[in-house]
Amino acid sequence: MREARFAVGIDLGTTHCALSYVDLGSSEGDEIAQDLMKIPQLTAPGSVEALSLLPSFLYLPHPDEFPPGDLILPWSGPEGRILGEMARSVGARTPIRLVSSAKSWLCHPGVDRRGAILPPGAPDEEVARLSPYEASVRYLEHLRNAWNHTHPEDELAGQEVTVTVPASFDPAARELTAEAAQAVGFERLVLLEEPQAALYSWIHGSRGEWRNQVRVGDMILVIDVGGGTTDLSLIAVTEREGALELTRVAVGEHILLGGDNMDLALAHLVKGKLTAEGKSLDHWQVQALTHGCRHAKEALLADPDQDAVPVVVPSRGTRLIGGSIRTELTREEVTRTLVEGFFPHVPASARPAARSRAALTQLGLPFAQDPAVTRHLAAFLGMQTGAAEDLPGFAQGGGGSFLHPTAVLFNGGVFKAGLLAERVSQVLNDWLASEQAPPARRLEGADLDLSVARGAAYYGYVRRGAGVRIRGGTARSYYVGVESAMPAVPGLEPPIQALCLAPFGMEEGTEADIPPQEFGLVVGEPVRFRFFGSSTRRDDQVGILLEDWSPEELDELEGIQATLPAESRSPGEVVPVRLRASVTEVGTLLLEAMPCSGPEHWKVELNVRSPSGE
Amino acid sequence: MSESSPSVLSRLLLALSAFWRILIDPRFAGRVAKLSAGAPDGPLAPSRLEPQRLKEAEPNAALQVLGLLQQEGRFIDFLEEDVGAYSDAEVGAAARVVHEGCKKSLRQHFAIEAVRAESEGTRVTLAEGFDASAIRVTGQVVGRPPFTGSLTHKGWRVTEVRLPQVAAAHDLAILAPAEVEL
Repeated sequence: MREARFAVGIDLGTTHCALSYVDLGSSEGDEIAQDLMKIPQLTAPGSVEALSLLPSFLYLPHPDEFPPGDLILPWSGPEGRILGEMARSVGARTPIRLVSSAKSWLCHPGVDRRGAILPPGAPDEEVARLSPYEASVRYLEHLRNAWNHTHPEDELAGQEVTVTVPASFDPAARELTAEAAQAVGFERLVLLEEPQAALYSWIHGSRGEWRNQVRVGDMILVIDVGGGTTDLSLIAVTEREGALELTRVAVGEHILLGGDNMDLALAHLVKGKLTAEGKSLDHWQVQALTHGCRHAKEALLADPDQDAVPVVVPSRGTRLIGGSIRTELTREEVTRTLVEGFFPHVPASARPAARSRAALTQLGLPFAQDPAVTRHLAAFLGMQTGAAEDLPGFAQGGGGSFLHPTAVLFNGGVFKAGLLAERVSQVLNDWLASEQAPPARRLEGADLDLSVARGAAYYGYVRRGAGVRIRGGTARSYYVGVESAMPAVPGLEPPIQALCLAPFGMEEGTEADIPPQEFGLVVGEPVRFRFFGSSTRRDDQVGILLEDWSPEELDELEGIQATLPAESRSPGEVVPVRLRASVTEVGTLLLEAMPCSGPEHWKVELNVRSPSGE
Repeated sequence: MSESSPSVLSRLLLALSAFWRILIDPRFAGRVAKLSAGAPDGPLAPSRLEPQRLKEAEPNAALQVLGLLQQEGRFIDFLEEDVGAYSDAEVGAAARVVHEGCKKSLRQHFAIEAVRAESEGTRVTLAEGFDASAIRVTGQVVGRPPFTGSLTHKGWRVTEVRLPQVAAAHDLAILAPAEVEL
């Protein structure tokens, strides 16, 4: 394989993708030759423009909808789909053909992530739907084609590629992301958690100064609120052989709550006002209203002297003056809906409203039930009080009712409204003050939209040994469900035990020990296991059997499935196997079934269609 | 200098050859006649004699810009509507849509800066040989530079054009397609 010339970072976001790269040959130490690739994309029929961001939208046009000559890209003729800016704008008028938020579907355990389910509302015979997995492949393919078009000498497949994923992604979603990247040909691939990427970007941006801005014993809280998700991580500053070291000690739950929800909330508020005046809006106008509200919100949050900002919903017809609807967004409304609705002052003991787990819910995205980011934050910190217990230099741990961060890094487009970052800092510092802890400092200077891609490219550079790396390994320990041998009681599920397969903090490229417990697998038949993860049980060793646990400790993940091929065995035979976990170099969890007799091993599928999705 | 004021010897040789050439070449004779009458010589500055040609403006880029302004800022819709029928408040509301959209489009596709960095109203001095296409003098335009006057408009200059690429088959004359909701 040829030596890679570039370290490329790809932010495969819920609402936007971005690509940044470091020229490895021209970079040394803190002097780094880094750039952002402008991504050519259709912006309108027949019009191709290179933009910094590729909106993560995919439109499946009707064959008669656009002249084929209007859909060509610099590197390809017309294809049966449109990606990026034009997909977003035409999709606002024809939502049944628009795939959006595919990444949230990729992490949705209730659906078949390889099933052609997007767009969810599309008429079956008319639209050739895509799976969440395939949508990811298409976005990566577009980025690859754009790169290869501008760098024909150094194709992307041969570069060091880092693709970012939410820290809260489950193992199956991570694996699907890695698979999508491999499907478009990336040979040297690693996955990186987005909050870590944001911190890398901050480190890079400080040009070496970061060593003076943090000290041993610091606990950095990264709050990343993007378009679709809220991602939380804790990164501790430790010391090894006299040098500062960073260790990611905890990540939050997957919270489907982001800037889009906030803009939509404002739009619905304003829509309600208009409806009360007898003016109704269609789907397109609501989109336009959302857009208008976003601008008005930014204007209001930027200028404390303004009390109201007009919002105009343009007419769809040519009569712009006569047909447009004028209204306004007031400071009071923004404060009530956005600041108090999404970032309320709550005590540190607050917890989000529990998500109802109705058995038969309509097939949709599991959006967070509680819109309050601060409550989710309180729950995260409250759950992670023990995160730093084992680290040298961290005195606290006992005593406080929640983990005390000493520094905060904000990331994500939502915090472009500086007032919101301020509010979160305020709430956090109030919590800290209530437990006599000093306020958390803000780490400044991150580019809120592009830092994830930038940090990912920088990570590709430091992985080669050029700078500080964040350690941490897996942010969860993993367990397989084992039915205990108890007499069956009619009407009661047999009690289940959890067998630890992978300990907390497994690093890339390592294998866990093989637990002694054996499972009987029927040759040729798929066997399903229940699968669990814990973000708080840091000390469980492989092979430990948990009899019972509190619901906060263990999360049930999507089931896993093993199938032993009937190659050298007769179908129906029961083979005793043991399960081994490892973390691949790419950063995905790998489970294998190993027959107790013989050297073979088979992959256990993390991502299988759940029965409820059938 | 040596070219414009030749030596005595070369002047003598030139006079002899010119004498014969004036006799046998009527066109050369005509040009010498003009030269001695004080007119600027043709072949030495050909551009001043030939009339400046006009060229047709290329319509495609213009159509593309109109399309972009319509797409982002409803520019054509706004100009094609009869503003007389509406109150200032109504026109103002629509103008916000146009202003926000056209501004975004302008920022995205052109880099524009002021020709003069000074704020309007300040006194500026224009040295001899100032760029008359970038600076227009008005009012008491008399005498010779340097001119001193008040900056009434700071001017705009495009420093970069970033128009989208256009598909060869695309019909740019359609500024906005008709929309039919099914």
